[in-house]
Amino acid sequence: MSAFLEFDQVSHAYSQQTVVDTMSFTLVEGEIGCLLGSSGCGKTTVLRCLAGFEPIRAGSIRLAGQTLSLPGHQVPAHARQIGMVFQDYALFPHLTVGDNVAFGLRRWSRAERLRRVASLLDLVGLAGLARSYPHELSGGQQQRVALARALAPRPRLLLLDEPFSNLDVDLRSRLSAEVRAILKQENTTAILVTHDQHEAFAMADRVGVMQAGRLLQWAAPYTLYHQPASRFVADFIGQGVFLPGVVTGPACIETEIGEFCGAVPVPFDVGQRVEVLLRPDDVQHDDASSRKAVVESKVFRGSEFHYTLALPSGRRVLAEVPSHHDHPVGEPIGIRLEMDHLIAFPAH
Amino acid sequence: MDFSQIVPALPALMEGMVVTLKLLVMAVLGGVVLGTFIALGRLSSNAFLSGLAKAYVNYFRSIPLLLVIIWFYLAVPMLLNWITGDFVPVGAFASCLVAFMMFEAAYYAEIVRAGIQAISRGQVNAAYALGMTYGQAMRLVILPQAFRKMLPLLLQQSIILFQDTSLVYAVGLMDFLNSARSRGDILGQPHEFLIFAGAVYFVISYCASYIVKRLQKRLVV
Repeated sequence: MSAFLEFDQVSHAYSQQTVVDTMSFTLVEGEIGCLLGSSGCGKTTVLRCLAGFEPIRAGSIRLAGQTLSLPGHQVPAHARQIGMVFQDYALFPHLTVGDNVAFGLRRWSRAERLRRVASLLDLVGLAGLARSYPHELSGGQQQRVALARALAPRPRLLLLDEPFSNLDVDLRSRLSAEVRAILKQENTTAILVTHDQHEAFAMADRVGVMQAGRLLQWAAPYTLYHQPASRFVADFIGQGVFLPGVVTGPACIETEIGEFCGAVPVPFDVGQRVEVLLRPDDVQHDDASSRKAVVESKVFRGSEFHYTLALPSGRRVLAEVPSHHDHPVGEPIGIRLEMDHLIAFPAH
Repeated sequence: MDFSQIVPALPALMEGMVVTLKLLVMAVLGGVVLGTFIALGRLSSNAFLSGLAKAYVNYFRSIPLLLVIIWFYLAVPMLLNWITGDFVPVGAFASCLVAFMMFEAAYYAEIVRAGIQAISRGQVNAAYALGMTYGQAMRLVILPQAFRKMLPLLLQQSIILFQDTSLVYAVGLMDFLNSARSRGDILGQPHEFLIFAGAVYFVISYCASYIVKRLQKRLVV
């Protein structure tokens, strides 16, 4: 499949401050991409460049073969057929829900417009609220109206700027699954921006981790979690600690917990000093193991315990342990490594 | 004091009031429309346009209204003569109307500008993302919201204009105050007629202000 959206070597700066730094990614039609990063990393600026609200300094943006942005030239926002769901929804307060959704359909015939509005309100579960005003709705309902409004004109690309950040946690996880289903049903290509990793993983086919205007990795959520390309990505995605080790073979690394061999070769020379990433689910509790670590603190999560364990060297590792293994703080417990991928970075 | 002559004079005074109200309504409508364009000019990213609009507003806010009325009374016929080459009689009403529209537009422009700036930038972007041009975004999204917010201020300004229309006295237009004054002079009862006129201005302005305050409270909720 060829790329539908091509974001090619794009840079953007506010006066002297570089906000987006030679960033590239592509998206296939119908896919949902997500830019993940802490606030100020430039992810919202990328959306604004895509929407046509910001000019770019270098590179190009192409959608369906059409060039949208070049330095010094850009297709105006209203001519891009790119929809956007804003962080604060930006619903039009003087219009009813129905009129908000119909707003982008001014060129459609009346009958088609009414049909489209009705089917979208139905899709987002707000049938019957067409005559309400935005201020009469709850936050979650307003969010759905914003989505319906943006989807109504069948945009070629939909942008979602932190769409769930104003909602409470329960609603957030429910809506993110729902929105993904709706986007897939409408076969909409979309880009989502968030700082919430769970949201990114729940919604997106491809996730990009951004830091200081740079895209560090652009990959499927699974790859991102299990094969992070850099230490920053490994740290940013999920929990984990780094343990020093020495490469002992093509796919083997020796650490203070013992030697571990992965299925995939590591790109290091034998004898090289590295740091190995240990996710909480990589560290298994095993009473039979001779490797011991002392329970330093624990958090009960219902289905499991989240232990922080101190190794004999004083270094700490995290472990997720089934909740019937309840050990008091201070007790040494046996541990063993269980990994599919060995993730290591050169020691610094 | 003898107010008995007021009642027979009412039809004539009513005619004066019609002139006052006609002038008021037309000046408000024209002033708001012109003021809106000036406000859009001031908010424009085009430096020339915004500079021009700013100069307009500052100029008209820095000179007395009476001067504008007299000046337009003299200048409008001259200007038309210069443009058309003919001598066109303009009349006090038309020249006063133009004077009020242009003068008030400077004040309305500032109200409209504040109203537009009070609408969040996201609303314009939302309209752009739905395929609207700048003009459509203004007309369909920003101005409807802005006018709703600034309606009390626009009305308050219009009540002041209602009182200021009496300045047309200077060019001899027979508005309400001028009618009352001339009637009082003819009948030798200037005090009674001026007191009556003052009472009418007070009642109308006070009631209008009260209604605007009520409206303001309703719009806040």
